[in-house]
Amino acid sequence: MSKPRAPRAAGARPKPATGPARAGMTIPEGRQMPDASRLTPPAHEAGRTGPPNGDAFHTIGKRNRKVEGLAKVTGRAVFADDLTLPRMLHAKLLRSIHAHARILAIDASQALAMPGVHAVVTGRDLPEYFGIIPWTQDEQALCESKARYVGDAIAAVAADSELIAEEALRLIKVSYEVLPAITSIEEALAHPENQVNEKASEGNLSKHVHLEFGPVDELLEASDEVVEAEYWYEGSTHAPIEPHCCVAEYDATGFLTVWSSTQVVHYLHRDLAKVLGLPTQRIRVIQPVVGGAFGGKSEPFSLEFCAAKLSMLTGRPVKILYTREEVFYAHRGRHPMLLHYRTGIRRDGSLTGTDARIAIDGGAYSSFGLVTTYYSGQLLTAPYAMPAYRFDSTRVFTNKPCCGPKRGHGSVQPRFAFECQLDKLAERIGMDPIAVRRKNFIGENTRTVNGLRVTSNGFLECLDAVERASDWKRRWRNLPYGRGLGVAGSMYISGTNYCIYPNEMPQSAVQLKLDRSGRATVFCGISDIGQGADSVLAYIVCEELGLDLRDVRVVAADTDLTPVDLGSYSSRETFMCGNACLDAARQLREQIASTLAERWGVPKGELVLANGMAVAASDPHKYAMTVKDAIQAAEAAHGTLGSVGWYQSPKLGGDYRGGTIGASPAYSFTAHVAEVDCDPETGEVTVKKIWVAHDCGRALSPVAVEGQMEGSAYMGFGEALFETHTFKPATAAHGPGIHHGPSLLDYRMPTSLDTPELESIIIESVDPEGPYGAKEAGEGPLHPSVPAIANAIHDALGVRCDRLPFSPPAVLALLQGSDARGAWERARLGHAGAGARG
Amino acid sequence: MLTLPVFEWVRPESLDAVLRELAERPGECLLVAGGTDAVPNLKHRLHEPKRVVSLEGVAELREVREDDAGLHLGARVTLTELTRLPALQRDFAAVARAASMVASPQIRNMGTLGGNLCLDTRCTYYNQTYFWREALGFCLKKDGVICHVVPQGRRCVAAHSSDVAPALIAYGAQVEIAGPDGRRWVACDQFFVGDGIHNNILKADELVTQVLLPAAARGQRGAYRKLRPRNAIDFPMLSIAVVVRGDAARIDTARLVVSALGAKPRVLGGLDALVAGRQADETTFAAVAASAHKQCRPLTNVPYDDDWRHAMVPVLVTRALRDAFADGAA
Repeated sequence: MSKPRAPRAAGARPKPATGPARAGMTIPEGRQMPDASRLTPPAHEAGRTGPPNGDAFHTIGKRNRKVEGLAKVTGRAVFADDLTLPRMLHAKLLRSIHAHARILAIDASQALAMPGVHAVVTGRDLPEYFGIIPWTQDEQALCESKARYVGDAIAAVAADSELIAEEALRLIKVSYEVLPAITSIEEALAHPENQVNEKASEGNLSKHVHLEFGPVDELLEASDEVVEAEYWYEGSTHAPIEPHCCVAEYDATGFLTVWSSTQVVHYLHRDLAKVLGLPTQRIRVIQPVVGGAFGGKSEPFSLEFCAAKLSMLTGRPVKILYTREEVFYAHRGRHPMLLHYRTGIRRDGSLTGTDARIAIDGGAYSSFGLVTTYYSGQLLTAPYAMPAYRFDSTRVFTNKPCCGPKRGHGSVQPRFAFECQLDKLAERIGMDPIAVRRKNFIGENTRTVNGLRVTSNGFLECLDAVERASDWKRRWRNLPYGRGLGVAGSMYISGTNYCIYPNEMPQSAVQLKLDRSGRATVFCGISDIGQGADSVLAYIVCEELGLDLRDVRVVAADTDLTPVDLGSYSSRETFMCGNACLDAARQLREQIASTLAERWGVPKGELVLANGMAVAASDPHKYAMTVKDAIQAAEAAHGTLGSVGWYQSPKLGGDYRGGTIGASPAYSFTAHVAEVDCDPETGEVTVKKIWVAHDCGRALSPVAVEGQMEGSAYMGFGEALFETHTFKPATAAHGPGIHHGPSLLDYRMPTSLDTPELESIIIESVDPEGPYGAKEAGEGPLHPSVPAIANAIHDALGVRCDRLPFSPPAVLALLQGSDARGAWERARLGHAGAGARG
Repeated sequence: MLTLPVFEWVRPESLDAVLRELAERPGECLLVAGGTDAVPNLKHRLHEPKRVVSLEGVAELREVREDDAGLHLGARVTLTELTRLPALQRDFAAVARAASMVASPQIRNMGTLGGNLCLDTRCTYYNQTYFWREALGFCLKKDGVICHVVPQGRRCVAAHSSDVAPALIAYGAQVEIAGPDGRRWVACDQFFVGDGIHNNILKADELVTQVLLPAAARGQRGAYRKLRPRNAIDFPMLSIAVVVRGDAARIDTARLVVSALGAKPRVLGGLDALVAGRQADETTFAAVAASAHKQCRPLTNVPYDDDWRHAMVPVLVTRALRDAFADGAA
């Protein structure tokens, strides 16, 4: 539907791809794991966890600055929306005003006739389906036949300015046939005939998982106490400060460049090829500085395909910047979950069986939903040993924006339910909830009931730390009415063991360049989304080669320049890219060390590269030169310096269908204690403080780890008390599925004045397989926030908050609907009685 | 990002010039002082003026003056300046307190007294983008014909959301209005009308120039309480301003204003019978609170649970009265 006068690049209309076979990359069939030799990481003389230069670390473990930090705080960082190319057009998306409607016809003639409008595309121009999980590709860049939620994208207009594009949208006439909309889990299951997504295997079923480990019913039967309860976890969204934005430029040679605020450059690269029908080798994807993502940018979105297509049609660069409202529609946030748990315990505090039934509201599309459904059960089996465990999870489609991975993907909701269950069980048997958690500690170097390999595990130290820091023993169950303490624990993955699409290639890779200038450049597909991923690579190179942070450049997330990394999701970057970088850097260190050892006639093991100097430890006054000179010596001896490192996780996971989902080379562990001050007259809960103890293996930069711990605890706190991604119920006057307020005014993220004091306590278990022993820190510390607050509210008021959010109206209703004061007093008596039992 | 519509922008240097601009295009102008409310409303296409008249250049509107009549505050005095004005803190503490509770420091640095007083009413069905309102089917305040709060209602019930107005009314403040025929004073509680579409008496060719806090209102105890989900940013879900003459042993008079319910602030009726001559104790406060609870009925216009807001009326009234009699309160 482009205008005849719109310039067009030669050969700019390739036929759309017709199936997976046309996808840009050839995926080898058959084996899903690389050769066994590739699964064994390179051995190093100094080992993977220790310092490479002498007895101590020089950069690792220090409170280092982030490499991009100064650019950000001085306003110099270049985000996608800062990019402006000559002759660039701006595009806007037309979105559905109905929650569920068939698209009968689209007339864009008036829009195209408007001065300043260059092209319009609709679903017919981009018919190829895509989706982050290869088995559930159910999205189109623009809806071709049906809109599935209020805000679903239908058409895109490219114009001279955003304003013209926006005005042109209003001239596009869409004929709809409004269909009955599904807006809840219950409706989705009750009305399979009103199918939201035709790609569903049946009705509105997105995914169903049923897994059982051990004799659950038998052990529940044999329990001294069983607690059965239902929990509701409300949906929430990521709300990164930077809205999604991309610029696409299709040049005269038929080469497409896309700059996008994404956290998965590689997957975007693949899906662009698929949807646009271009070979991957003629597409370049670049991730500029990203202003936050939290999982909300971990798959392709309409804007990238539309900007690219419009650039192909017009022969001009095209930018699309989502409004804040559109970010709420793009969503992929926390899934609402209805969780039903039965959990048993013996009088001595040991857990018996756990039986979970979980219903998941997925919104209109699959996104990562297959994984979400597994994660809702698979990631609960540590840090506590579970003798028997069963979960039955069902994800359904509804006519609402699509849910997806938000920080702590899939496991924050069940973790909330389970940690509340533990608190109730502890109360039933009159045991301190921290003691119950200790009692069931799964331990190190073990396997979970569902077959996950657990190596390092600092959870007990986490519990000890928050117990001590919060003065738990003296204050829990002893604070006046209205004030309380609550505890919760959790575990999380350091990357998933397998790539989203089966292949034998590395999950992460680094190319390292070093030359006579004394400068090192790290090339890596890593996606820094603010968590400090680029910085981690720089720290590792500094540590290995004795360089100053200013002498290392990280070139990241540019498919033309950098080797593939799978992206910033599932807390994988530090562990996987870090390992790849460690191996690359250590090869160059080896070349430098062997050069100097030969020249000085000293054993190689004596060489220390630190603080810009290369010395032999036996006589550092005699044998010393600058690292720059050492690099030149190595370049003279070995020729041009460069190395490649890659990471591939070992074969892990349970030997059953879905047994690899949740498998990770290492797990982080967290414990929180939250302190609340509640107003029984209003129901207002003020969280005074959260103590966060997190086992991140070795903290490569403690200040960055603390930032992740505080940010996670804050985000969980926001979900617990404030944030709701909800929709207005239909009335006689308007249809269903209208977001309650897609703005940062109505979607109430806590402000700095609402935020509790956060105290981060780093626990370093030093993982045998992590780079220098590091594990994840970006998502794990979110999990215990919500249940710790719920448990603290119980200690304060005697009510159980089983439904999110714990808003003042909800808490007040709980207080008025129960004998809260009586429950509060009984809990204290139970605790006093338990004290006698020790 | 959301775009601004196309409009003509003028920046007159005097009040007369402002009035000329307004008179030239009657009904097609939008006055902008700090712009903290006007700009988002423009982006949402809630206002679609042909001409935007900036008040930035009118020095007169920035005057603060104390004389026998009382404390004169220019309409373009910022909210931050109000919070730091010693005369206001001393004699009219509830106004300073209310100003300090608007939005955030950055917004108070830009937002003005006049802007907050003339703040457009707010509603969960109105303060949304054009797209959102289109999906809704619009509402009678803008572009539509029905009210989504009171489905059979013919009148807009969008909520008066100014923080400073209830406090000003409680002190009996006067508002000066300038128009083509000169200037006039009206009592602040007469400034507002119960129509959510346009909830004050300003005509299209008029503007507020200053507010007078009368000398006679000095020496009272004042307090302001605001119900909001967050401790910053949010508009009031409910607001209570109270001004009392007397002391703890004997209350002479009390004035209590409740807002963020309907289109105009509500001055609580029948208060004298409950407080005059009584002690400032919990019994008295409870009687006032119960009366307020009976007189106020929140609607679903404000995006928060209306039953809870109703339940909070007596709680906030009691707390505001306690504040007024707390040590150090003026």
